[in-house]
Amino acid sequence: MTKNHHLREYSTFQALMLVLLRVSIGWHFLYEGLVKVFNPDWSSFGYLMDSKGIFADVFKYMATHKDILQAVDLLNIWGLVLIGAGMILGLFTRLSVSCGILLLSLYYLSHPPLAGLQYIFPQEGSYLIVNKTLIEIIALCLLLAFPNSHIAGIDRFFQKKNK
Amino acid sequence: MEKEERKKKVKEEAKEKEGRLTGPRVIGRRDVLKGFATVPFLGAFAGAWARKRHIERELKNNLLEVVHLTAEPADIVPVAINSKPLRLGIIGFGLRGRHLLRATGHAEPQWIDDAKASAASNRLDTSYEDFMNQEDLNVVINGVCDVFNIHAEEAVEAGANIFRQGKGGKMGTVPKRYRTYKELIASPEIDAVIIATPDHWHAPMAIEAARAGKHVYLEKPMTWNVPETYELVKAVKENNIIFQLGHQGRQTESYIKAKEAIQKNILGKITLVEVCTNRNDPNGAWVYPIHPKAGPDNIDWAQFLGQAPFHEFSLERFFRWRCWWDYSTGLNGDLLTHEYDSINQIMSIGIPDSVVASGGIYFFKDGRTVPDVQQVVMEFTKHDLTLLYSASLASDRQRGKVIMGHDAHMEISDRLVINADPQSTAYSEKIKQGVIDPVVPIYSFTPGKKGIDGVASATEQYFASRGLLYTYRKGRRVDTTYLHMREWIHCIRAHIQPSCNIDQGFEEAISAHMATIALREGRRVYWDREKEIII
Repeated sequence: MTKNHHLREYSTFQALMLVLLRVSIGWHFLYEGLVKVFNPDWSSFGYLMDSKGIFADVFKYMATHKDILQAVDLLNIWGLVLIGAGMILGLFTRLSVSCGILLLSLYYLSHPPLAGLQYIFPQEGSYLIVNKTLIEIIALCLLLAFPNSHIAGIDRFFQKKNK
Repeated sequence: MEKEERKKKVKEEAKEKEGRLTGPRVIGRRDVLKGFATVPFLGAFAGAWARKRHIERELKNNLLEVVHLTAEPADIVPVAINSKPLRLGIIGFGLRGRHLLRATGHAEPQWIDDAKASAASNRLDTSYEDFMNQEDLNVVINGVCDVFNIHAEEAVEAGANIFRQGKGGKMGTVPKRYRTYKELIASPEIDAVIIATPDHWHAPMAIEAARAGKHVYLEKPMTWNVPETYELVKAVKENNIIFQLGHQGRQTESYIKAKEAIQKNILGKITLVEVCTNRNDPNGAWVYPIHPKAGPDNIDWAQFLGQAPFHEFSLERFFRWRCWWDYSTGLNGDLLTHEYDSINQIMSIGIPDSVVASGGIYFFKDGRTVPDVQQVVMEFTKHDLTLLYSASLASDRQRGKVIMGHDAHMEISDRLVINADPQSTAYSEKIKQGVIDPVVPIYSFTPGKKGIDGVASATEQYFASRGLLYTYRKGRRVDTTYLHMREWIHCIRAHIQPSCNIDQGFEEAISAHMATIALREGRRVYWDREKEIII
């Protein structure tokens, strides 16, 4: 059985839910990105400087090197926008979702919600090891496991012929 | 038969299915619909986004109607490089003297090496970069004077370091070391002097320099006692010199904005101002390090004492002079003056009508005579205003610099935040309409930030208030001491008076002396405006 053949086995409800999950995560990424695009003063400096955990030094290194920081800001802002738009439209979805996982993993690693770590940025909830970033990462992994842009999404037009 | 037919049918179906998957792909209407099925979400997003932007813009415009501050720091006039270099002398090369000489572009080679090393190990330490970026002010250090030989020699090294090099680097002409301040001031090689000595020497040196026609940059506080205050004002005015008092806060951008906010009556009637200078480390409590090589053989103790009462040679008193009234003006001269001057800059309050003060030596029981905890209350009856100053040298809890008005209050640091008062009369309509929320600032300003608006996000404010925002991205940071020194040098060349001139200095000195008298005599002290005397 081919992969795509298998896809067609989703029930309507399953397909609908998968697409909704994809679109809503895409919406979240797109908004986070656009907010930063329209705020000329936004910088990841403060967030990176507040990093904790075993990779903290790496993130602080990024923050304190002007050129790296500029690149990080640019990649983050436009990464969020493109990933978001891609996921909503179902365009280059595998790539978008994979990049999203990478980006969120960096956020998670810079601010791991481990016992004993305190952050300047106030959190809106209470987390231990599992936080919303981690759940969003897992949701994106789920989208990789259950692709759906071939059902509803522009990727449908690029669907390759199967042998 | 039926079985065969069924088999055939299944085969055909399979073939058909296979064909559908492997045959040439045809994009049908169904495909187009499904392919673009999620595009409407993007449309919905755009709609929601546009609406949000609209609401934010409306809110901002509404706030701008209430608070619209436009003041910018005065443009810095370029240094006249082709003019003759200004010939400076420096008296006093302790902690502050070093900073002031760096502000003129001259650092000790050792400082350069240390700053470089510090920048290498800590990327956030930009002091080396900032110093190297400092513009050449076209000045030359021609003379130095310090009663401690080692400091004097370091001053000579710093003055010669015109190429801003580390140890072993290329040096320029070595400035002359003068044994006494009188010789330095009298020298025809000196046009202007920087004075960074202990408090009890400020006025005598500045008066001498003014009488010799030399321009003066004098560290705060302006004077050590009341009589010399009048004498210094007279000397500066009669000799028409350019005088700058060392309150570098005059250059702080947020103070300039704060002044505009007050002028535009955004706070309503202001009745109370609270300032605070808490610190909690030995250095902050004036327990400065004692130089390991210092001793009676390399310190001119008699010259250090000057007009102070006689005391046997004491390394402690020499290096930690701020702890004794004999040489110091205590918290009033060291820290209250900065706070007072900033409020005087912002609100033009002048000299208080009366002052009470209290305090004690509650933490540093090290033989000092100057209190380490102190409160001062100044009344300005003409302005219907009280200024409350409080300080502890044994707590780091900051209470901020807050100006409280009937309609709004303003907290000033390097940032500026204005919040409307829930009971405000002027903003009651806007509060009712929901345009103003007293919990959310109606105005916030962070230096270096491009946009100025009242709707900075909570995150932004959170980071900014901890100094984590805009530190790196928005160009280089500039040292206010450098700006203050630069202003003085510019004013000398342009023959105009600088921002912290002798009149501002007079108000600073008298206000601080009133607080000291109130504290030491345990009484309420008054200012007689007509006779211009403290009673």
